[in-house]
Amino acid sequence: MEFGTFLVQCLNALQYGLLLFLVASGLTLIFGIMGVINLAHGSFYMIGAYMAYALAPFVAKWTGGGFFATLAVGLVLSVALGYVLEWAFYSFLYEREHLQQVLMTYGLILVFEELRSILVGNDVHGVKAPDWLAGSIPLGDLMTYPVYRLFISAVCVALAAAMYLVLTRTRLGMMIRAGATNREMVQSLGVDIQFLYRVVFAAGVALAVFAGMIAAPVSSVYPGMGSQVLIICFVVVVIGGIGSVRGALFAALLIGLVDTFGKVVFPHAAGVLVYVMMALILLWKPDGLFKAG
Amino acid sequence: MKSNTLNRLKRLALASAVGLAVGVAAGPAAAQQKLKVGLMLPYTGTFAALGNAIENGFRLAVSENGGRLGGREVEYFKVDDESDPAKATDNANKLIKRDQVDVLVGTVHSGVQMGLAKAANDNNVLLIVPNAGAGAVTGPMCSTNIYRSSFSNWQPGYAMGEVVAKRGHKNVVTITWKYAAGDESVGGFKEAFEKGGGKIVKELSLPFPNVEFQALLTEIASLKPDAVYTFFAGGGAVKFVKDYDAAGLRKTIPLYGAGFLTDGTLEAQGASAEGLLTTLHYADGIDNPREKAFRAGYAKAFPSAPAPDVYAVQGYDAGQMLATAMAATKGDAKKFDVIHAELSKATIDSPRGKFTLSKSGNPVQDMYLREVKGKENRVVGIASKALSDPSRGCKL
Amino acid sequence: MDFRGGRNVVLAAAVVAALALFPLVAGKFGIDLVTKIMIFAVLALSLELLVGQTGLVCFGQAAFFGIGAYAVVLATPQYQAVSIFWLAPLAVACATLYALFVGSLVLRTRGVYFIMVTLAFAQMAYYVFHDTPLGRGTDGVYLYVRPSAEVFGVTLVNFEKPVSLYYVALAALVATFAFLAVLLRSRFGRALAGIKANEQRMRAAGFSTYAYKLAAFTLSGAIAGFAGVLFAVKDAFVNPELLAWHLSGSLLVMIILGGLGRLWGAVIGAFAYALLQEFFQSQAIFGDLAKHWLLGLGLTIIAMVALLPEGLAGLPAAVSRRLARKPARSAGGNA
Repeated sequence: MEFGTFLVQCLNALQYGLLLFLVASGLTLIFGIMGVINLAHGSFYMIGAYMAYALAPFVAKWTGGGFFATLAVGLVLSVALGYVLEWAFYSFLYEREHLQQVLMTYGLILVFEELRSILVGNDVHGVKAPDWLAGSIPLGDLMTYPVYRLFISAVCVALAAAMYLVLTRTRLGMMIRAGATNREMVQSLGVDIQFLYRVVFAAGVALAVFAGMIAAPVSSVYPGMGSQVLIICFVVVVIGGIGSVRGALFAALLIGLVDTFGKVVFPHAAGVLVYVMMALILLWKPDGLFKAG
Repeated sequence: MKSNTLNRLKRLALASAVGLAVGVAAGPAAAQQKLKVGLMLPYTGTFAALGNAIENGFRLAVSENGGRLGGREVEYFKVDDESDPAKATDNANKLIKRDQVDVLVGTVHSGVQMGLAKAANDNNVLLIVPNAGAGAVTGPMCSTNIYRSSFSNWQPGYAMGEVVAKRGHKNVVTITWKYAAGDESVGGFKEAFEKGGGKIVKELSLPFPNVEFQALLTEIASLKPDAVYTFFAGGGAVKFVKDYDAAGLRKTIPLYGAGFLTDGTLEAQGASAEGLLTTLHYADGIDNPREKAFRAGYAKAFPSAPAPDVYAVQGYDAGQMLATAMAATKGDAKKFDVIHAELSKATIDSPRGKFTLSKSGNPVQDMYLREVKGKENRVVGIASKALSDPSRGCKL
Repeated sequence: MDFRGGRNVVLAAAVVAALALFPLVAGKFGIDLVTKIMIFAVLALSLELLVGQTGLVCFGQAAFFGIGAYAVVLATPQYQAVSIFWLAPLAVACATLYALFVGSLVLRTRGVYFIMVTLAFAQMAYYVFHDTPLGRGTDGVYLYVRPSAEVFGVTLVNFEKPVSLYYVALAALVATFAFLAVLLRSRFGRALAGIKANEQRMRAAGFSTYAYKLAAFTLSGAIAGFAGVLFAVKDAFVNPELLAWHLSGSLLVMIILGGLGRLWGAVIGAFAYALLQEFFQSQAIFGDLAKHWLLGLGLTIIAMVALLPEGLAGLPAAVSRRLARKPARSAGGNA
């Protein structure tokens, strides 16, 4: 492999890894803080992608806005969705066994997929990126690199930084971290843990929906996109350590690298490689690379 | 396995299962009984639209025959196969054993097709395949009770191999999902292209249904081939064509594909697909009266359905093939020898153009070269005339 | 535990007798359907051993099932029947080995982690059959000749006949059930129940809980592989989707639908799930909505978790409790 090609592949790996991080971070937050295993997380990603497609005409009609206006509307809707879902389906799961959480959220996957099929149909759709991001930067003599992919990476990095700041530097972040470690203690200090959970859950949903929306122009929109993302997000969380946002970032980037180079170097085993890596890491560190403290 | 006693047993069994022992006494008059057609198609999931188009096409062909085939009135039974191969045998058995259909029509997904073909063979039921191109079905699994109205994965690939070789390309990279349909399509391409003097530089693939193409596009750019041949369908096809364009490769390395790359996907692909060349047994702008009549009849029969596409044509031709077969046996769907003899010499007057059937039951048909113009796959010419699948492994 | 009272034994005998007589009255389709359900009941029992009896929520049971099925097909040459008496042990051994490997890794984790890691390892097996040359592709592989079952030249069972397959599946179900019932009453079974109730205490009492859990996990994989063998022989066609996580999810739904902590809950669950599926898919009842039958299934699952956490097996107890207004019997018998 030439050095130039190698660098471009690294860029591909980085971009894929960052997007993966964005989806998985919501999952690991919900796991780590509320102790809820949420299989429907992939569905939120799917909902986001379909929102980017289905909301665009309405947003254009009502506000005259384009992609970013749709993004904003989708974000507001997703927070509301997360808030309502937590209230309706998740709030009584905290005290239940994991098995019941698995079942409930498995049921939700089926419901979301069918609702999507009833409301939007089963066709594949493309979503247009905004014009000023639609161009490409030349790389070498043959290849160009789409600006939109760079944009995705930049957004992901910004969000990762923002999450880090919120979790470590703000009062809310402190409450969240404390709530993850000791629920009763926080409650006895007068914090409304119910509200806190609802906010965290809404944020987790919003992250997945947002990831789906900004990924839509490059991933296109198709049925079944949710479950594909879900499984790989599980691997991210397992490798990174449950509840650790830092671990999720590291694991997502690692998976991006293995997947990208795996496809080129070992095309026959590309699907298996990520899982082999997971097995090896588990042998070495059963709780993942960064166990949430 | 298919004697009269067993038939009677079947009926007895069904009757008692439902708790209606009285039903046994019902009608022996075989000739006037309804011809039970079992449609096993995807009605949910990604391929739902294809399943509906196929069913509409089939029903149109039957209603043009006055709703009767070989003198028997047609009665439909439907099962949604969900495009899930794990349930293929169960779903086929619902039609074969529960509804006791005389003929099976299905399906779209190749993996489900494998299970369906196996069940049809095990139970000696006539099967007409209206889409799935799996080579094995008219290869090692071929039988006098299995016919196909669509294509084999090999056919569009082989036709495109000839085209690409004739256009003077020497070094080509292929890219597809690592699954049977992709392998068979690329195999067909490779066969014709190498025969024409070309060389495959590298065969790239990624796991189905993975759509993260960026790494492989970078690889293509670094290999600098004269052209790229690809097999993708549905969501993968949309994303691949857009990514190929976004990576700047569309202007420098021409992309060729099997027809599914741009069928039913043009809306989503937008300008990225403009000018792409693909091969398939159907196209927009085929100028023949048969096609015009079909389109008019379809629009009249199904006013709310989308305009007929290649899948509707395949369903329609499945109906025409069954009509031909039933006319020859006077409605007996078990006389496989007669059916095989009849269909081997019949010419099916399809909207796609006339075609015949090979010994293995696969269409011998013209492959069109098509170019994407706006939202249509316009016919440019014929890539390969009366192309017949080699049906390797078939002993008929 | 099950089978303490004579009433349960009578009931079980009646169910087995009914199942044994069923082919005499049922049609081909009915026989096929119940054969399939019984095979899934064996599979559900294997999962019940882990989830209901040991408290380990495994979300990757389909992998062991699929490996068992694939091993049968891949070990059979194209034109020659192979004896079931070495084919079945071989296939079960493959599933067992993978379960041992996976178990030794995943049992180092717990809780939510355990669920996800079992799922991830099942996906790994899925991709091996899906993508690598070993699995021969996504379209699946045919078993061209079903295995033979000959002893000294005498054919014991003809696997080509659906009725024979039915009785084989029934025998397998009864044998698995009896085996597990006996096992759970042994010292081993009581240790598993202890681990489920309180692992810390068991460890403090000197039990090597890891070894016990690994044994349970491996045994469960072996039984799942056995179910896979039956499935492969029945359908004579395998496909990577047999290992997919949707099946693992459905299995969990089955055992909780039937009711956790009771062996017969798994069996009831397998039957109930199949009937539920037929019900929601029925066009006669739901008309056009039958297309969206997964919606009904999803809502049912959600309602079940919310309203009937003990499953169908807990229903009579719940009803009689309410009728008799007696306090609930403690679950002390389990510990």
